[in-house]
Amino acid sequence: MNTLITCRHVDFGYEDRDAVVDLTMEVDEGDYLCVVGANGSGKSTLVKGLLGLIKPAAGELTVAEELRRTGIGYLPQQTAAQRDFPATVYEVVLSGTLSRRGMRPFYSAQEKRLAASCMERMGITELRKHCYRELSGGQQQRVLIARALCATSRMLILDEPITGLDPSAIQDFYRLVRRLNRDEGVTILMVSHDVANVIGQASKILHLQQRVLFFGTPEEYRKTAAGRRYLGGGE
Amino acid sequence: MMSVIGEMLSYPFLVRAFVGGILVSLCAALLGVTLVLKRYSMIGDGLSHVSFGAISVAVAAGWAPLPVSIPVVVLAAFFLLRITENGRMRSDAAIAMISASSLAIGIVVTSLTTGMTTDVSSYMFGSILAMSRGDVWLSAALSAVVLGMFVLCYHRIFAVTFDESFAKATGVNVTFYNVVTAVLTAVTIVLGMRMMGAMLISSLVIFPALTSMRVFKSFRGVVISSGVLATVCFCIGMTASYVFSTPAGASVVLVNLGAFLLFGLAETVLRRRIRWQPLRPGGRRGALPEETHGPKPAGRWKAIRPDGSKPHSHGE
Repeated sequence: MNTLITCRHVDFGYEDRDAVVDLTMEVDEGDYLCVVGANGSGKSTLVKGLLGLIKPAAGELTVAEELRRTGIGYLPQQTAAQRDFPATVYEVVLSGTLSRRGMRPFYSAQEKRLAASCMERMGITELRKHCYRELSGGQQQRVLIARALCATSRMLILDEPITGLDPSAIQDFYRLVRRLNRDEGVTILMVSHDVANVIGQASKILHLQQRVLFFGTPEEYRKTAAGRRYLGGGE
Repeated sequence: MMSVIGEMLSYPFLVRAFVGGILVSLCAALLGVTLVLKRYSMIGDGLSHVSFGAISVAVAAGWAPLPVSIPVVVLAAFFLLRITENGRMRSDAAIAMISASSLAIGIVVTSLTTGMTTDVSSYMFGSILAMSRGDVWLSAALSAVVLGMFVLCYHRIFAVTFDESFAKATGVNVTFYNVVTAVLTAVTIVLGMRMMGAMLISSLVIFPALTSMRVFKSFRGVVISSGVLATVCFCIGMTASYVFSTPAGASVVLVNLGAFLLFGLAETVLRRRIRWQPLRPGGRRGALPEETHGPKPAGRWKAIRPDGSKPHSHGE
Protein backbone atom coordinates (compact mmCIF):
# COMPACT_ATOMS: atom_id res chain seq x y z
CA MET A 1 0.00 0.00 0.00
CA ASN A 2 1.32 3.39 -0.98
CA THR A 3 1.54 6.19 1.49
CA LEU A 4 0.26 9.40 -0.08
CA ILE A 5 0.93 11.93 2.66
CA THR A 6 3.25 11.66 5.64
CA CYS A 7 3.52 14.22 8.44
CA ARG A 8 6.33 13.94 10.99
CA HIS A 9 6.08 16.35 13.92
CA VAL A 10 4.65 19.05 11.66
CA ASP A 11 3.62 22.51 12.87
CA PHE A 12 1.34 24.62 10.71
CA GLY A 13 0.53 28.18 11.51
CA TYR A 14 0.26 31.81 10.56
CA GLU A 15 2.66 34.62 11.32
CA ASP A 16 2.28 34.77 15.05
CA ARG A 17 0.82 31.51 16.22
CA ASP A 18 0.77 27.85 15.33
CA ALA A 19 -2.67 26.45 14.73
CA VAL A 20 -1.47 22.85 14.45
CA VAL A 21 1.36 21.62 16.65
CA ASP A 22 3.44 18.46 16.44
CA LEU A 23 1.23 16.55 14.04
CA THR A 24 2.33 13.06 13.13
CA MET A 25 0.13 10.99 10.83
CA GLU A 26 0.05 9.39 7.44
CA VAL A 27 -2.58 8.97 4.77
CA ASP A 28 -2.34 5.71 2.83
CA GLU A 29 -3.86 4.98 -0.52
CA GLY A 30 -7.49 3.97 -0.15
CA ASP A 31 -7.87 5.51 3.30
CA TYR A 32 -11.03 7.23 4.43
CA LEU A 33 -9.68 9.61 7.02
CA CYS A 34 -11.91 11.86 9.03
CA VAL A 35 -10.54 14.90 10.81
CA VAL A 36 -12.69 15.95 13.75
CA GLY A 37 -12.28 18.59 16.42
CA ALA A 38 -13.86 21.72 17.85
CA ASN A 39 -14.03 25.01 15.97
CA GLY A 40 -10.62 26.64 15.87
CA SER A 41 -8.83 23.38 16.55
CA GLY A 42 -6.72 23.71 13.42
CA LYS A 43 -8.69 21.54 11.00
CA SER A 44 -8.88 24.11 8.21
CA THR A 45 -5.24 25.05 8.75
CA LEU A 46 -4.31 21.40 8.35
CA VAL A 47 -6.22 21.26 5.07
CA LYS A 48 -4.45 24.37 3.80
CA GLY A 49 -1.13 22.89 4.79
CA LEU A 50 -1.82 19.60 3.01
CA LEU A 51 -2.82 21.49 -0.11
CA GLY A 52 0.44 23.37 -0.01
CA LEU A 53 -1.15 26.77 0.57
CA ILE A 54 0.85 27.31 3.76
CA LYS A 55 4.26 25.88 4.47
CA PRO A 56 4.94 23.83 7.58
CA ALA A 57 6.67 25.93 10.25
CA ALA A 58 8.48 22.88 11.57
CA GLY A 59 8.69 19.16 10.96
CA GLU A 60 8.53 17.21 7.76
CA LEU A 61 5.64 16.95 5.32
CA THR A 62 5.98 14.49 2.46
CA VAL A 63 3.47 14.37 -0.37
CA ALA A 64 3.63 11.54 -2.90
CA GLU A 65 5.00 12.47 -6.32
CA GLU A 66 1.77 11.62 -8.13
CA LEU A 67 -0.22 14.07 -6.01
CA ARG A 68 2.29 16.83 -6.47
CA ARG A 69 1.93 16.68 -10.23
CA THR A 70 -1.80 17.29 -10.58
CA GLY A 71 -2.58 18.46 -7.10
CA ILE A 72 -5.12 17.10 -4.68
CA GLY A 73 -8.80 17.18 -5.48
CA TYR A 74 -10.24 19.75 -3.14
CA LEU A 75 -13.77 20.52 -2.08
CA PRO A 76 -13.66 23.81 -0.17
CA GLN A 77 -16.33 25.08 2.16
CA GLN A 78 -19.01 26.74 0.08
CA THR A 79 -19.30 30.47 0.31
CA ALA A 80 -22.53 32.42 0.19
CA ALA A 81 -21.37 34.14 -3.00
CA GLN A 82 -21.09 30.80 -4.75
CA ARG A 83 -24.59 29.69 -4.05
CA ASP A 84 -26.08 32.19 -6.46
CA PHE A 85 -23.31 32.26 -9.00
CA PRO A 86 -24.37 32.40 -12.63
CA ALA A 87 -22.42 29.54 -14.16
CA THR A 88 -23.43 26.32 -15.83
CA VAL A 89 -22.55 23.00 -14.27
CA TYR A 90 -20.23 22.30 -17.20
CA GLU A 91 -18.32 25.55 -16.70
CA VAL A 92 -17.77 24.74 -13.03
CA VAL A 93 -16.66 21.16 -13.63
CA LEU A 94 -14.35 22.15 -16.47
CA SER A 95 -12.59 24.64 -14.22
CA GLY A 96 -11.30 21.64 -12.26
CA THR A 97 -8.93 20.73 -15.08
CA LEU A 98 -7.16 24.07 -14.75
CA SER A 99 -4.10 22.61 -13.05
CA ARG A 100 -3.46 20.22 -15.96
CA ARG A 101 -3.41 23.03 -18.44
CA GLY A 102 -0.28 24.97 -17.64
CA MET A 103 -0.20 28.33 -19.36
CA ARG A 104 -2.39 27.46 -22.34
CA PRO A 105 -5.32 29.88 -22.50
CA PHE A 106 -7.99 27.43 -23.67
CA TYR A 107 -9.12 23.94 -22.82
CA SER A 108 -8.18 21.02 -25.07
CA ALA A 109 -10.50 18.26 -26.24
CA GLN A 110 -8.83 15.94 -23.75
CA GLU A 111 -9.75 18.17 -20.82
CA LYS A 112 -13.31 18.48 -22.07
CA ARG A 113 -13.53 14.68 -22.24
CA LEU A 114 -12.20 14.44 -18.71
CA ALA A 115 -14.81 16.91 -17.48
CA ALA A 116 -17.53 14.93 -19.26
CA SER A 117 -16.41 11.67 -17.68
CA CYS A 118 -16.28 13.23 -14.21
CA MET A 119 -19.84 14.49 -14.66
CA GLU A 120 -20.87 11.01 -15.75
CA ARG A 121 -19.33 9.49 -12.62
CA MET A 122 -21.28 11.91 -10.44
CA GLY A 123 -24.51 11.35 -12.39
CA ILE A 124 -24.86 15.00 -13.32
CA THR A 125 -24.42 14.75 -17.09
CA GLU A 126 -28.04 15.73 -17.61
CA LEU A 127 -27.54 18.87 -15.58
CA ARG A 128 -24.57 20.09 -17.60
CA LYS A 129 -26.38 23.07 -19.07
CA HIS A 130 -28.20 23.92 -15.85
CA CYS A 131 -27.33 26.92 -13.80
CA TYR A 132 -25.34 26.16 -10.68
CA ARG A 133 -27.45 28.45 -8.49
CA GLU A 134 -30.68 26.64 -9.40
CA LEU A 135 -29.45 23.26 -8.15
CA SER A 136 -30.24 21.81 -4.76
CA GLY A 137 -27.50 21.76 -2.12
CA GLY A 138 -26.85 18.08 -2.75
CA GLN A 139 -26.56 18.58 -6.49
CA GLN A 140 -24.20 21.50 -6.00
CA GLN A 141 -22.02 19.26 -3.87
CA ARG A 142 -21.91 16.67 -6.66
CA VAL A 143 -20.84 19.34 -9.11
CA LEU A 144 -18.01 20.38 -6.81
CA ILE A 145 -16.89 16.78 -6.36
CA ALA A 146 -16.88 16.30 -10.13
CA ARG A 147 -14.74 19.41 -10.38
CA ALA A 148 -12.33 18.08 -7.74
CA LEU A 149 -12.13 14.73 -9.55
CA CYS A 150 -11.00 16.59 -12.67
CA ALA A 151 -7.86 17.58 -10.81
CA THR A 152 -7.10 14.08 -9.60
CA SER A 153 -8.83 10.79 -9.00
CA ARG A 154 -6.33 9.73 -6.37
CA MET A 155 -7.30 11.80 -3.38
CA LEU A 156 -10.06 14.18 -2.34
CA ILE A 157 -9.95 16.61 0.54
CA LEU A 158 -13.42 17.63 1.69
CA ASP A 159 -13.70 20.58 4.05
CA GLU A 160 -16.94 20.41 6.06
CA PRO A 161 -18.87 19.24 3.02
CA ILE A 162 -22.27 18.72 4.63
CA THR A 163 -22.75 22.26 5.93
CA GLY A 164 -26.11 23.53 4.72
CA LEU A 165 -27.38 20.22 3.36
CA ASP A 166 -30.70 18.82 4.48
CA PRO A 167 -30.72 15.43 6.25
CA SER A 168 -31.56 13.28 3.23
CA ALA A 169 -29.00 15.09 1.10
CA ILE A 170 -26.44 14.40 3.83
CA GLN A 171 -27.11 10.67 3.66
CA ASP A 172 -26.90 10.77 -0.13
CA PHE A 173 -23.63 12.61 0.16
CA TYR A 174 -22.12 10.05 2.52
CA ARG A 175 -23.25 7.22 0.25
CA LEU A 176 -21.57 8.95 -2.65
CA VAL A 177 -18.30 9.46 -0.81
CA ARG A 178 -18.35 5.87 0.41
CA ARG A 179 -18.87 4.64 -3.14
CA LEU A 180 -15.97 6.75 -4.41
CA ASN A 181 -13.76 5.39 -1.67
CA ARG A 182 -14.77 1.74 -1.84
CA ASP A 183 -15.49 1.15 -5.52
CA GLU A 184 -13.21 3.62 -7.20
CA GLY A 185 -10.35 3.61 -4.74
CA VAL A 186 -10.35 7.34 -4.15
CA THR A 187 -8.53 8.28 -0.97
CA ILE A 188 -10.70 10.56 1.15
CA LEU A 189 -9.74 13.08 3.78
CA MET A 190 -12.83 14.71 5.22
CA VAL A 191 -13.08 17.44 7.80
CA SER A 192 -16.37 17.15 9.62
CA HIS A 193 -18.33 18.03 12.73
CA ASP A 194 -20.69 15.19 12.16
CA VAL A 195 -18.75 12.62 14.19
CA ALA A 196 -21.71 10.37 14.89
CA ASN A 197 -22.31 9.69 11.20
CA VAL A 198 -18.73 9.71 10.12
CA ILE A 199 -17.45 7.18 12.60
CA GLY A 200 -19.46 4.43 10.94
CA GLN A 201 -17.73 4.80 7.61
CA ALA A 202 -14.27 6.20 8.12
CA SER A 203 -11.27 3.90 8.26
CA LYS A 204 -9.22 6.33 10.34
CA ILE A 205 -10.05 9.18 12.69
CA LEU A 206 -7.83 12.13 13.48
CA HIS A 207 -8.99 14.20 16.43
CA LEU A 208 -7.28 17.57 16.52
CA GLN A 209 -7.12 20.08 19.31
CA GLN A 210 -4.08 21.93 18.05
CA ARG A 211 -2.22 18.79 18.99
CA VAL A 212 -3.29 15.32 17.99
CA LEU A 213 -5.70 14.01 20.62
CA PHE A 214 -6.24 10.78 18.76
CA PHE A 215 -5.15 9.14 15.53
CA GLY A 216 -6.28 5.62 14.72
CA THR A 217 -9.23 3.46 13.79
CA PRO A 218 -12.83 4.33 14.75
CA GLU A 219 -13.03 1.23 16.99
CA GLU A 220 -10.13 2.47 19.10
CA TYR A 221 -11.52 5.98 19.03
CA ARG A 222 -14.75 4.86 20.65
CA LYS A 223 -12.75 3.61 23.63
CA THR A 224 -10.82 6.80 24.28
CA ALA A 225 -11.99 9.58 26.55
CA ALA A 226 -11.97 12.11 23.74
CA GLY A 227 -14.00 9.83 21.53
CA ARG A 228 -16.57 9.09 24.23
CA ARG A 229 -17.05 12.75 24.94
CA TYR A 230 -17.52 13.53 21.25
CA LEU A 231 -19.80 10.63 20.51
CA GLY A 232 -21.93 11.11 23.58
CA GLY A 233 -23.64 8.39 25.59
CA GLY A 234 -21.88 5.75 27.66
CA GLU A 235 -21.65 7.72 30.84
CA MET B 1 -32.47 59.44 -35.99
CA MET B 2 -29.53 58.98 -38.36
CA SER B 3 -29.37 62.72 -38.86
CA VAL B 4 -29.11 63.27 -35.11
CA ILE B 5 -26.20 60.85 -34.91
CA GLY B 6 -24.54 62.47 -37.90
CA GLU B 7 -24.96 65.84 -36.29
CA MET B 8 -23.46 64.62 -33.03
CA LEU B 9 -20.48 63.09 -34.71
CA SER B 10 -19.67 66.37 -36.41
CA TYR B 11 -18.49 67.72 -33.04
CA PRO B 12 -14.97 66.48 -32.29
CA PHE B 13 -15.51 66.61 -28.50
CA LEU B 14 -18.60 64.42 -28.86
CA VAL B 15 -16.70 61.90 -30.96
CA ARG B 16 -14.05 61.77 -28.25
CA ALA B 17 -16.70 61.37 -25.59
CA PHE B 18 -18.32 58.55 -27.55
CA VAL B 19 -15.12 56.62 -28.24
CA GLY B 20 -13.67 57.11 -24.77
CA GLY B 21 -16.99 56.44 -23.08
CA ILE B 22 -17.65 53.22 -24.98
CA LEU B 23 -14.20 51.89 -24.15
CA VAL B 24 -14.45 52.81 -20.48
CA SER B 25 -17.96 51.38 -20.17
CA LEU B 26 -16.80 48.14 -21.73
CA CYS B 27 -13.88 47.80 -19.30
CA ALA B 28 -16.03 48.74 -16.34
CA ALA B 29 -18.66 46.17 -17.31
CA LEU B 30 -16.19 43.31 -17.77
CA LEU B 31 -14.35 44.04 -14.54
CA GLY B 32 -17.72 44.60 -12.91
CA VAL B 33 -18.77 40.99 -13.51
CA THR B 34 -16.00 39.65 -11.30
CA LEU B 35 -16.34 42.49 -8.78
CA VAL B 36 -20.09 42.01 -8.37
CA LEU B 37 -19.80 38.24 -8.11
CA LYS B 38 -17.06 38.51 -5.52
CA ARG B 39 -19.20 40.89 -3.49
CA TYR B 40 -16.92 43.85 -4.14
CA SER B 41 -19.61 45.99 -5.81
CA MET B 42 -18.93 48.92 -3.54
CA ILE B 43 -15.24 49.07 -4.44
CA GLY B 44 -16.11 51.04 -7.57
CA ASP B 45 -18.01 53.54 -5.49
CA GLY B 46 -15.24 53.85 -2.93
CA LEU B 47 -12.56 54.30 -5.56
CA SER B 48 -14.49 57.01 -7.37
CA HIS B 49 -14.67 59.02 -4.15
CA VAL B 50 -10.97 58.55 -3.56
CA SER B 51 -10.43 59.70 -7.11
CA PHE B 52 -12.54 62.78 -6.44
CA GLY B 53 -10.42 63.63 -3.41
CA ALA B 54 -7.19 63.14 -5.34
CA ILE B 55 -8.34 65.23 -8.28
CA SER B 56 -9.51 68.08 -6.03
CA VAL B 57 -6.12 68.15 -4.32
CA ALA B 58 -4.36 68.04 -7.69
CA VAL B 59 -6.44 70.90 -9.08
CA ALA B 60 -5.92 72.99 -5.94
CA ALA B 61 -2.17 72.45 -6.17
CA GLY B 62 -2.16 73.15 -9.88
CA TRP B 63 -1.01 69.66 -10.92
CA ALA B 64 -2.32 67.62 -13.81
CA PRO B 65 -5.23 65.52 -12.48
CA LEU B 66 -4.55 62.11 -14.08
CA PRO B 67 -0.90 61.55 -13.06
CA VAL B 68 -1.86 62.32 -9.46
CA SER B 69 -5.13 60.49 -9.16
CA ILE B 70 -4.25 57.22 -10.92
CA PRO B 71 -1.48 56.23 -8.46
CA VAL B 72 -3.54 57.34 -5.47
CA VAL B 73 -6.58 55.36 -6.57
CA VAL B 74 -4.46 52.31 -7.41
CA LEU B 75 -3.05 52.45 -3.87
CA ALA B 76 -6.54 52.78 -2.45
CA ALA B 77 -7.60 49.74 -4.48
CA PHE B 78 -4.74 47.67 -3.04
CA PHE B 79 -5.65 48.82 0.41
CA LEU B 80 -9.33 47.98 0.04
CA LEU B 81 -8.49 44.51 -1.27
CA ARG B 82 -6.09 43.86 1.57
CA ILE B 83 -8.68 44.84 4.15
CA THR B 84 -11.15 42.50 2.53
CA GLU B 85 -8.67 39.63 2.44
CA ASN B 86 -7.43 40.03 6.00
CA GLY B 87 -10.95 40.16 7.31
CA ARG B 88 -9.99 42.40 10.23
CA MET B 89 -12.67 44.88 9.32
CA ARG B 90 -15.80 44.29 7.31
CA SER B 91 -15.08 45.48 3.82
CA ASP B 92 -18.34 47.39 3.39
CA ALA B 93 -17.58 49.42 6.50
CA ALA B 94 -14.01 50.04 5.37
CA ILE B 95 -15.14 51.21 1.95
CA ALA B 96 -17.83 53.49 3.37
CA MET B 97 -15.26 55.03 5.70
CA ILE B 98 -12.67 55.57 3.01
CA SER B 99 -15.08 57.03 0.48
CA ALA B 100 -16.56 59.51 2.94
CA SER B 101 -13.13 60.57 4.17
CA SER B 102 -11.73 61.18 0.69
CA LEU B 103 -14.83 63.06 -0.33
CA ALA B 104 -14.42 65.24 2.77
CA ILE B 105 -10.74 65.85 2.03
CA GLY B 106 -11.62 66.85 -1.52
CA ILE B 107 -14.34 69.25 -0.41
CA VAL B 108 -12.26 70.90 2.33
CA VAL B 109 -9.22 71.34 0.11
CA THR B 110 -11.34 72.80 -2.66
CA SER B 111 -13.19 75.27 -0.46
CA LEU B 112 -9.90 76.45 1.09
CA THR B 113 -8.33 77.17 -2.29
CA THR B 114 -10.42 77.71 -5.39
CA GLY B 115 -13.87 77.46 -3.88
CA MET B 116 -16.61 75.29 -5.36
CA THR B 117 -16.16 76.04 -9.03
CA THR B 118 -17.87 74.45 -12.01
CA ASP B 119 -14.76 72.29 -12.34
CA VAL B 120 -15.46 70.59 -9.04
CA SER B 121 -19.13 70.21 -9.81
CA SER B 122 -18.22 68.53 -13.07
CA TYR B 123 -16.11 66.00 -11.16
CA MET B 124 -19.08 65.26 -8.97
CA PHE B 125 -21.65 64.84 -11.71
CA GLY B 126 -19.56 64.49 -14.84
CA SER B 127 -19.02 66.58 -17.88
CA ILE B 128 -19.14 65.59 -21.48
CA LEU B 129 -16.27 67.94 -22.23
CA ALA B 130 -13.91 66.03 -19.96
CA MET B 131 -12.54 63.55 -22.51
CA SER B 132 -9.31 64.89 -23.94
CA ARG B 133 -7.42 63.27 -26.78
CA GLY B 134 -4.96 61.81 -24.29
CA ASP B 135 -7.81 60.32 -22.26
CA VAL B 136 -9.14 58.60 -25.35
CA TRP B 137 -5.76 57.02 -26.04
CA LEU B 138 -5.45 55.94 -22.43
CA SER B 139 -8.95 54.41 -22.60
CA ALA B 140 -7.95 52.53 -25.76
CA ALA B 141 -4.85 51.16 -24.06
CA LEU B 142 -6.84 50.21 -20.97
CA SER B 143 -9.51 48.39 -22.92
CA ALA B 144 -6.87 46.55 -24.93
CA VAL B 145 -5.41 45.26 -21.66
CA VAL B 146 -8.79 44.37 -20.17
CA LEU B 147 -10.06 42.63 -23.31
CA GLY B 148 -6.75 40.81 -23.70
CA MET B 149 -6.95 39.62 -20.13
CA PHE B 150 -10.53 38.42 -20.52
CA VAL B 151 -9.75 36.52 -23.72
CA LEU B 152 -6.46 34.93 -22.66
CA CYS B 153 -7.13 34.34 -18.97
CA TYR B 154 -10.88 33.82 -19.19
CA HIS B 155 -10.84 30.42 -17.52
CA ARG B 156 -8.55 31.55 -14.74
CA ILE B 157 -10.72 34.59 -14.14
CA PHE B 158 -13.68 32.27 -13.90
CA ALA B 159 -11.89 30.01 -11.44
CA VAL B 160 -10.75 32.90 -9.25
CA THR B 161 -14.18 34.50 -9.28
CA PHE B 162 -16.10 31.32 -8.59
CA ASP B 163 -13.92 29.84 -5.92
CA GLU B 164 -10.71 31.42 -4.69
CA SER B 165 -9.84 28.54 -2.38
CA PHE B 166 -10.09 25.95 -5.11
CA ALA B 167 -8.24 28.12 -7.60
CA LYS B 168 -5.43 28.56 -5.07
CA ALA B 169 -5.29 24.83 -4.45
CA THR B 170 -4.96 24.15 -8.18
CA GLY B 171 -2.04 26.52 -8.42
CA VAL B 172 -3.61 29.72 -9.78
CA ASN B 173 -1.93 32.85 -8.46
CA VAL B 174 -5.08 34.31 -6.94
CA THR B 175 -3.42 37.34 -5.36
CA PHE B 176 -1.96 38.33 -8.72
CA TYR B 177 -5.38 38.26 -10.36
CA ASN B 178 -6.96 40.22 -7.56
CA VAL B 179 -4.28 42.87 -7.75
CA VAL B 180 -4.53 43.15 -11.53
CA THR B 181 -8.30 43.45 -11.28
CA ALA B 182 -7.96 46.17 -8.64
CA VAL B 183 -5.43 48.16 -10.66
CA LEU B 184 -7.49 47.96 -13.85
CA THR B 185 -10.62 48.93 -11.96
CA ALA B 186 -8.82 51.90 -10.47
CA VAL B 187 -7.68 53.14 -13.88
CA THR B 188 -11.14 52.58 -15.37
CA ILE B 189 -12.75 54.58 -12.60
CA VAL B 190 -10.35 57.50 -12.83
CA LEU B 191 -10.80 57.66 -16.60
CA GLY B 192 -14.55 57.35 -16.53
CA MET B 193 -15.12 59.51 -13.50
CA ARG B 194 -14.68 62.90 -15.08
CA MET B 195 -17.19 62.15 -17.77
CA MET B 196 -19.70 60.18 -15.69
CA GLY B 197 -19.14 61.94 -12.38
CA ALA B 198 -17.77 60.62 -9.10
CA MET B 199 -21.29 60.00 -7.84
CA LEU B 200 -22.34 57.98 -10.86
CA ILE B 201 -19.34 56.09 -12.21
CA SER B 202 -19.84 53.02 -10.02
CA SER B 203 -23.07 52.31 -11.89
CA LEU B 204 -20.98 51.46 -14.96
CA VAL B 205 -19.32 48.77 -12.88
CA ILE B 206 -22.35 47.16 -11.29
CA PHE B 207 -25.34 47.69 -13.60
CA PRO B 208 -24.33 45.62 -16.64
CA ALA B 209 -23.35 42.63 -14.50
CA LEU B 210 -26.49 42.77 -12.36
CA THR B 211 -28.70 43.20 -15.42
CA SER B 212 -27.10 40.28 -17.27
CA MET B 213 -27.35 38.03 -14.23
CA ARG B 214 -31.12 38.36 -14.31
CA VAL B 215 -31.38 36.47 -17.57
CA PHE B 216 -28.14 34.64 -18.35
CA LYS B 217 -27.26 31.45 -16.57
CA SER B 218 -23.70 30.88 -17.68
CA PHE B 219 -20.65 32.88 -16.75
CA ARG B 220 -19.76 33.25 -20.41
CA GLY B 221 -23.25 34.54 -21.16
CA VAL B 222 -23.08 37.06 -18.33
CA VAL B 223 -19.66 38.34 -19.42
CA ILE B 224 -20.59 38.77 -23.08
CA SER B 225 -23.98 40.25 -22.30
CA SER B 226 -22.44 42.74 -19.85
CA GLY B 227 -20.00 43.99 -22.44
CA VAL B 228 -22.70 44.38 -25.09
CA LEU B 229 -25.18 45.95 -22.69
CA ALA B 230 -22.67 48.48 -21.40
CA THR B 231 -21.84 49.61 -24.92
CA VAL B 232 -25.45 49.81 -26.06
CA CYS B 233 -26.65 51.60 -22.93
CA PHE B 234 -23.83 54.10 -23.17
CA CYS B 235 -24.65 54.96 -26.79
CA ILE B 236 -28.36 55.31 -26.09
CA GLY B 237 -27.67 57.39 -22.98
CA MET B 238 -25.30 59.73 -24.79
CA THR B 239 -27.70 60.23 -27.68
CA ALA B 240 -30.55 60.91 -25.28
CA SER B 241 -28.38 63.35 -23.40
CA TYR B 242 -27.68 65.22 -26.65
CA VAL B 243 -31.31 65.22 -27.81
CA PHE B 244 -32.86 66.25 -24.48
CA SER B 245 -29.92 68.32 -23.22
CA THR B 246 -29.62 66.26 -20.05
CA PRO B 247 -26.33 65.56 -18.23
CA ALA B 248 -24.50 62.72 -19.96
CA GLY B 249 -23.54 60.66 -16.91
CA ALA B 250 -26.99 60.68 -15.36
CA SER B 251 -28.64 59.84 -18.70
CA VAL B 252 -26.39 56.79 -19.15
CA VAL B 253 -27.22 55.61 -15.64
CA LEU B 254 -30.95 55.97 -16.29
CA VAL B 255 -30.68 53.94 -19.50
CA ASN B 256 -28.82 51.28 -17.50
CA LEU B 257 -31.62 51.29 -14.96
CA GLY B 258 -34.13 50.87 -17.78
CA ALA B 259 -32.20 47.89 -19.11
CA PHE B 260 -32.10 46.37 -15.63
CA LEU B 261 -35.88 46.66 -15.25
CA LEU B 262 -36.42 45.27 -18.74
CA PHE B 263 -34.24 42.25 -18.02
CA GLY B 264 -35.99 41.78 -14.70
CA LEU B 265 -39.29 41.64 -16.54
CA ALA B 266 -37.85 39.20 -19.06
CA GLU B 267 -36.64 37.01 -16.21
CA THR B 268 -40.09 36.93 -14.62
CA VAL B 269 -41.72 35.99 -17.90
CA LEU B 270 -39.14 33.28 -18.60
CA ARG B 271 -39.47 31.80 -15.15
CA ARG B 272 -43.23 31.66 -15.35
CA ARG B 273 -43.09 29.89 -18.70
CA ILE B 274 -40.58 27.37 -17.45
CA ARG B 275 -42.46 26.67 -14.27
CA TRP B 276 -45.62 25.57 -16.06
CA GLN B 277 -43.90 23.47 -18.62
CA PRO B 278 -44.56 19.82 -17.70
CA LEU B 279 -41.76 17.34 -18.12
CA ARG B 280 -42.02 14.41 -20.46
CA PRO B 281 -43.05 11.25 -18.57
CA GLY B 282 -39.61 9.62 -18.53
CA GLY B 283 -37.81 12.89 -17.98
CA ARG B 284 -35.47 12.94 -15.05
CA ARG B 285 -34.62 16.56 -15.16
CA GLY B 286 -33.27 17.71 -11.85
CA ALA B 287 -33.71 14.29 -10.29
CA LEU B 288 -30.58 12.33 -9.60
CA PRO B 289 -30.40 8.57 -9.29
CA GLU B 290 -29.59 8.55 -5.59
CA GLU B 291 -31.81 11.43 -4.71
CA THR B 292 -35.10 9.94 -5.72
CA HIS B 293 -36.86 8.28 -2.85
CA GLY B 294 -39.86 6.05 -3.13
CA PRO B 295 -42.36 6.01 -5.99
CA LYS B 296 -42.34 9.07 -8.17
CA PRO B 297 -45.41 11.28 -8.25
CA ALA B 298 -47.25 11.19 -11.54
CA GLY B 299 -47.00 14.82 -12.57
CA ARG B 300 -43.79 16.63 -11.89
CA TRP B 301 -42.76 20.16 -12.65
CA LYS B 302 -39.31 21.43 -13.11
CA ALA B 303 -37.88 22.31 -9.74
CA ILE B 304 -37.77 26.06 -9.42
CA ARG B 305 -38.33 27.78 -6.15
CA PRO B 306 -41.83 29.23 -6.36
CA ASP B 307 -41.01 32.61 -4.92
CA GLY B 308 -37.91 32.92 -7.04
CA SER B 309 -35.86 33.41 -3.90
CA LYS B 310 -32.25 32.44 -3.65
CA PRO B 311 -31.58 29.48 -1.44
CA HIS B 312 -29.31 29.55 1.59
CA SER B 313 -28.34 33.18 1.56
CA HIS B 314 -26.48 34.01 4.73
CA GLY B 315 -26.34 37.75 4.48
CA GLU B 316 -22.93 38.27 2.96
